[in-house]
Amino acid sequence: MSAHHVTLTVNGRTHTAQVSARLTLVDFLRDVLLLTGTHIGCEHGVCGACSILLNGKPVRSCLIFAVQADGMDVVTVEGLSPEPETLSILQDCFWETHALQCGFCTPGMLIAARALLAENPAPSEEQIREGIGGNLCRCTGYKPIVDAILLAAERMRRSNAGARDVGAD
Amino acid sequence: MKAADFDYSCAASIPEACRLLAGAHGEGRIIAGGQTLVPLLAMRLARPALLVDINRIADLRGIEFSDGAVTIKACTTQADALASDVVRKHVPLLAKALGHVGHSQTRNRGTIGGSLANADPVAEICMTALALDGEILSHGPKSQRTIPCSEFFRGAMTTALALDECLTAVRLPIWGHPGKAGSSFQEMSIRRSDFALVAAAVQAQFDEKGLCRHIAIVVGGCCPTPMRASAAANRLIGTNIEEPDLAEAARLLQETIAPRSDLHASADYRRRVAGELVMRAVRESRREAMGAD
Repeated sequence: MSAHHVTLTVNGRTHTAQVSARLTLVDFLRDVLLLTGTHIGCEHGVCGACSILLNGKPVRSCLIFAVQADGMDVVTVEGLSPEPETLSILQDCFWETHALQCGFCTPGMLIAARALLAENPAPSEEQIREGIGGNLCRCTGYKPIVDAILLAAERMRRSNAGARDVGAD
Repeated sequence: MKAADFDYSCAASIPEACRLLAGAHGEGRIIAGGQTLVPLLAMRLARPALLVDINRIADLRGIEFSDGAVTIKACTTQADALASDVVRKHVPLLAKALGHVGHSQTRNRGTIGGSLANADPVAEICMTALALDGEILSHGPKSQRTIPCSEFFRGAMTTALALDECLTAVRLPIWGHPGKAGSSFQEMSIRRSDFALVAAAVQAQFDEKGLCRHIAIVVGGCCPTPMRASAAANRLIGTNIEEPDLAEAARLLQETIAPRSDLHASADYRRRVAGELVMRAVRESRREAMGAD
């Protein structure tokens, strides 16, 4: 077993650890850093539950080994809210429109939506469906999720607080 | 599932990557974006002793346009290629194909070279490289070579690369034929971003009168590698591509392919869809070319 030294920034905090090469980034986040907000679904890149932002871009954390992320910047679902015990505008909109039932896909959906809105503050419904196209949800039928992202986009555009929310990455 | 144990080395240069691979005596694998390889590791369909990471080799990133060709280096991400003005302008078929490759989360990590080197039978990038008469550039421990795509794809997930060879770039020649060009990529999948059941890539060139002068048609999902539909293409050259020409070309294609049935689709379904997608792609290419003025 090969051990490797990695240093990476997660939600603004720098962490250093020894990892074995086979440890995926999502297992590192959950089992080493105890950030269990990021979920593991399929473990082979199909379901999107483990989506995170890596150097600002959405990726699957089950398809990258922790050792490969050395020196990189990670944002997980725990890093989306402006401060502990509060919700971001996007998360609030998910709550308001009932965009989750079991909640398993939600961290990945939030990351995908966050990445989409950072790039495109006024997405069409079609663009939203494309943006979350890599994330499976087995409860909602997607409609409330699309509604939540449309609502969040509108609120973020309207408020200065929204601009800060998008720019928080 | 989790990957079996392996050793990991991050290469700083192409020669170092080749040296590391050679030292693994056939048990080493290159990892680039990992979007094909990591699922194979997780499912234990691949179990290398050593992974050689080539992501941090600066020489392996970038898109260049020179000498009538676009050269895309191996570790260029699919997202960067999709966003590239050079790609959109000079090899628009690739830009269209990339829109079908996975989704933004996999395109942000997945690379052009990784897709080619893994040679999934329905990989859109492999189909496009074959359609455009692309050439694979590779680096071995002792020498470099250029392999035409027509000789590169040997079977499902199997290429002409040796075990100690690193794919470094793909060179996509720009068609020099005079006239108006159009292209189209069509695909059928069960869900958005799923693997294609069947796909068709077409690039065509027409003269002033709208006669087809040159056409490349490649289908995926119909055999273990991307496949040129030569009989169908030959049937269309010199014609105006009226509906009867198209129907005849689709029939010729359907006669030459022997797709397999699986859980997702029957062979018959795949054969019918292949014919239909080729017709759509040719129509769309013609519309794009002739509507351009």
